[in-house]
Amino acid sequence: MITFAALAVLLPFLAAVAGLLGSRWPRRARDEQGDRRADRRAAWIAVVPTAISAALAGWLAYADWAGLGRDGESLTAAAAGPGGAGGIDGVTGTLTVVDTGSIPISLGLLVDGLAATIGVLVTMVALAVQIYSVGYLHGDRRYPSYSAFISLFTSAMLLVVYAADLLVLYVGWEVMGLCSYLLIGHWWEDRDNSRAAVKAFLVTRLGDVGFLFGIFVLGAAADSFKIADVLAAVPEMSSGTLIAATMLLLAGVAGKSAQVPLHTWLPDAMAGPTPISALIHAATMVAAGIFIVARLYPAFLAAGPTLDVLAVLAALGMLGAALAALAQDDLKRVLAYSTISQLAYMAAALAAGSDSAAIFHLVTHGAFKALLFLCAGAVIHAVGSNLMSTMGGLRRELPVTFVTMTIGFAALMGLPPASGFFSKDEVLVAVEGAISQGTLTDAAALLLYGSALVTVAVTGAYSTRAWLRTFFGMRPVVALPEPAPGTAHVIETQEAPATMKWPIVILAVPALLLGFVRVADVHVGTAGLSVALALLGAGTVYAVWRSAPLSDPARMLGPLRLPCERAFFIDSVYRLVFVVPVLVLARLVIRTDDRVVDGAVRGSGRMTLGLSGVVRLVQNGNAQLYVTGLLAGVLLISVGAVMFG
Amino acid sequence: MNWLPIVLLGVPLAGAAALIVPSRLDGVARGRLLRVHGLAVSGITFALSVVLAVAFDYGDAARMQFETDMAWIPGLDLRFHLGVDGISLPLVVLTALLTFLCFVYLGWGDAGGPGQLLRPAPGGDRPRALVFTLLVLEVGMIGTFLALDLLLFFVFFEVVLIPMYFVISIWGGRARRAAAIKFILYTLLGSVVLLLGLLLIWAQTGTLDVTALARAHGTGMSRSVQIVAFVAVGIGLAVKTPMWPLHTWLPDAHTEAPTVGSVLLAGVLLKMGTYGFARIAIPVLPDGAAAVAPWLGAFAVVGIIYGALACLAQRDLKRMIAYSSIGHMGFVLLGFATLTPVGVNAALFGNIAHGLITGLLFFIAGAIKERYGTADMPALGGGMLARLPHLGSLLTFTCIASLGLPGLAGFWGEMLALLGAYEPAPGLSRPLFLAFMAVGGIGAVLTAAYFLVMLSRVTHGRPVETVHAPALAGSGPAEEATPSEYGAPLPAGTSGARSIGAGIDTVNSVDTVNSVDAGSSGAGATGSGGGATGPADESDSGGKDGRSRLRAVGSGDGFRDVMRHELAAWTPLIGLILLFGLWPKALLLVTDPVVRTLVGAP
Repeated sequence: MITFAALAVLLPFLAAVAGLLGSRWPRRARDEQGDRRADRRAAWIAVVPTAISAALAGWLAYADWAGLGRDGESLTAAAAGPGGAGGIDGVTGTLTVVDTGSIPISLGLLVDGLAATIGVLVTMVALAVQIYSVGYLHGDRRYPSYSAFISLFTSAMLLVVYAADLLVLYVGWEVMGLCSYLLIGHWWEDRDNSRAAVKAFLVTRLGDVGFLFGIFVLGAAADSFKIADVLAAVPEMSSGTLIAATMLLLAGVAGKSAQVPLHTWLPDAMAGPTPISALIHAATMVAAGIFIVARLYPAFLAAGPTLDVLAVLAALGMLGAALAALAQDDLKRVLAYSTISQLAYMAAALAAGSDSAAIFHLVTHGAFKALLFLCAGAVIHAVGSNLMSTMGGLRRELPVTFVTMTIGFAALMGLPPASGFFSKDEVLVAVEGAISQGTLTDAAALLLYGSALVTVAVTGAYSTRAWLRTFFGMRPVVALPEPAPGTAHVIETQEAPATMKWPIVILAVPALLLGFVRVADVHVGTAGLSVALALLGAGTVYAVWRSAPLSDPARMLGPLRLPCERAFFIDSVYRLVFVVPVLVLARLVIRTDDRVVDGAVRGSGRMTLGLSGVVRLVQNGNAQLYVTGLLAGVLLISVGAVMFG
Repeated sequence: MNWLPIVLLGVPLAGAAALIVPSRLDGVARGRLLRVHGLAVSGITFALSVVLAVAFDYGDAARMQFETDMAWIPGLDLRFHLGVDGISLPLVVLTALLTFLCFVYLGWGDAGGPGQLLRPAPGGDRPRALVFTLLVLEVGMIGTFLALDLLLFFVFFEVVLIPMYFVISIWGGRARRAAAIKFILYTLLGSVVLLLGLLLIWAQTGTLDVTALARAHGTGMSRSVQIVAFVAVGIGLAVKTPMWPLHTWLPDAHTEAPTVGSVLLAGVLLKMGTYGFARIAIPVLPDGAAAVAPWLGAFAVVGIIYGALACLAQRDLKRMIAYSSIGHMGFVLLGFATLTPVGVNAALFGNIAHGLITGLLFFIAGAIKERYGTADMPALGGGMLARLPHLGSLLTFTCIASLGLPGLAGFWGEMLALLGAYEPAPGLSRPLFLAFMAVGGIGAVLTAAYFLVMLSRVTHGRPVETVHAPALAGSGPAEEATPSEYGAPLPAGTSGARSIGAGIDTVNSVDTVNSVDAGSSGAGATGSGGGATGPADESDSGGKDGRSRLRAVGSGDGFRDVMRHELAAWTPLIGLILLFGLWPKALLLVTDPVVRTLVGAP
């Protein structure tokens, strides 16, 4: 079983290596035909291993569900201790243990219910995105490296999911960040894309440093980096240790999952190709933060203050991001802010004490948000622009996209029977429950609940706005600007090619139906309230839009519109507070290095030269000087003799 | 007595000695012979080091193996004592490998390729002197890592300085003289202090045998003596490492040194300082180390932040990489300062990783400088991934390795150093080291920042032709001739830049550049072939690099992507970076047993 998990991780990695090195090998022709051949080969190298990984992940999930491999797995695999309070009920296998001099690192994998579920989500979305990309990046010269980076990402994400050791997990965690950087900057000719990529990497890395320190704290307290050992040791840890560890981990979670205050990179990350936004910035990587909290949930549950902080951050993030989504003109940025907002829902469920609700929402969100992004990609592919002000009335030209995207928006708003309805309901029930019981303080729980309800209405509003502005009304007649090189797609307002259409259609199925696995858990009261709120938001937007279909319903925000559009100026504040001082400091250091540190060295050199100049006087052959010196000496001696004699 | 360490030293020495014999061959044939000679001698040395690594008993890495112990100067009780254990083995192999790769780089290229210092050139590049110098350098470097006698260590330590001085001052860039003099004075001054420290140890214990001293763990020396000795030895080694604030020789030396000089300087010479900490300072003077460790740690983390900030504001690519070394060596020193097994392991791992990664970075930076004629980032002008896709990709890979991405070699050293700082040795102030850890973490973010900003400036964006007006070139192209920072297209050059961005076809770009340049700046710039930065405008300054560039570009391949000899020299480094990144055990397995005995941990 562990062998299969290892294969699922390794195959995409090998595909990445092969795709990077082997797409053009051995012919290095850089003409059009050579490019096409390389693209075709790269597509096969990318899609087939991902498909096999998906099959393996599916088998792992089945095996876990059926309880296979729990007893006496071959090789070094051994069943972890019984799933008690702290332990993990799953299968682990260790390849080798690396002695570091203190706490050893064990290279090992772990498959349990949580890992198996997320593994299926990751490989399925990755497969859909790989196939979709074949069509979306048709004719792009850099498709081979692009698909290889997606494979590398898939491998890294699977490593995070299946890791049995926190440091192994951290390796995957950072490699994901690298892939995100490389793929956001795929069209690096444009300076904005490059800047967005750098920003995404740096902001997440800032969080990751905290994350690493959190791992240190947990590892040192448990004297092992193995997840099972750490969780088993949680009951013995002092609350101070746990709070410090989880707070530090939370920094990494906020960075990766784009939560307040480290969320600013995600909207900019939309500069990458749309399939990347679907895979990395909607379905998988940004969900890794939520995953890791669920993975180490016993530690978080034992650290009450951390959960309070998480609740407050989630409350701020979900509402703020939803409001920001309401004012954006770029379709992808709407979806990006919506991702921040939905991830905050998952964080809210975690803070409220229900990891199952969080993971359920993670899975459904992964499906429907990937679907939304892929649909948005189809729309952008057809229109040749990201801006909703250039769209409108597309339901006639893009019927398939229209239907599937409607499903996606319904799931996002939480309307039955789409999957989002069920998962959001569970989240809301969990948050409601946290008011009366659980570890959250009352104030935090109330804030969280209120914010969650308001956000449901705002979600309805921005979804409806995006839906109406894209598919209804009239398309404004504007002279399209010349598309930037690299993003250039032929302007043909017709349905996307088959490689793009089929992944969308297939993803629409789970986005619509996935919720029914938990249909028995629906709570009528909360569900009714949330649907009513969502419809209220939707209805308001519809009324505003109806009065003037060509103008933007965001005008109803009034004076709030500009702050919302600029996401409350957080970017500018960060720039002033962090970026500018660092740059000033850097220039100061350069000057100091030249003037003070090196200046001291040069100064000592000059001093030596000066001294040697003085010493040189005694042997420069100048008789006058010698005689003067002699006389001065005689004078000194005689004066001394007179005075002391 | 074992023959292997002696042969390891003897082969390059004999190879160098053979060059003194005058030869009557003409220039071309002699050049070929020299290239083969250098390749063969360094290749045999490398092969011997591989034999050493294969024959090494990994089950007992803590034991000193292949020991050779002969009387050298009996009157002073100096012994010719060599040996290898888990600490020195990786460094010996790294040294032999890097030297060999330098010769591969110098010897396999076609005439006119970048960095071909061994080609006969008008005015004379003194190829024979270069081969001689590099081989003597190799003797000194390997000797330093093999020596087990304090004074022998010092002798080899000093032997290295002289050839490196000549490498910088003869084959260096424009300001090579000043840089070389600063290098030699600075390091000699450090060596004097080091020698005083070593003599103090000798005076107190009466022996120069490193293994015996390490076994004694400082018995026979009072605490105050140990502190004084540690400070003296430490300062001597810190100059070489270099530790902030004793680092200012490094940026100049790196910037001016030729590619092979920079590679060996960063890849091996800096390691001699840190190796001294692991071999002498910490095991021999444990009490001194414990007393000075907080200071060492403080200087280390200041160096991390300081180096990173200096990199952020840097304009010159090679200078930036030089400053990045200061930051990375800060992590290595932080590892030592924790005095824990994990910290020392981290330092040794970081040592090797830095040698591989920064060595490769300097190779690539040198390749860029040879092609563009400058390493000034605004003058490079962006778009390298379009102009030179493979070179740009390799630069990206190496920078990412250098910023410490997990899965590549740079990560484990930094991570373990921080882990060591989280739980420093008993007796050290934990809160202080926690602060060091936090500062180091911020340094890691800043490290990522400057590398990514550099990549964004240099490799991303559209390639925009930066044409230097000849009048300004002599005074330095960096300041004036940057009409187009951040990719704002030149009015005249727009079409040319676009077409280069679209196609990497060299012929095509040459044509467009020529057509653009012919209109604007005349035949002088047109003669540059593919190189828009223009070598012709440099030749009047009479500089070393101007001449080599003329040769490189004159044959019409100024903008060729990664070439055969470059690939041959770089691939082993890339492979090792990946190997140690994905399988850190390969290195920790060797160092960990030794470190445990040295630090005195179970």
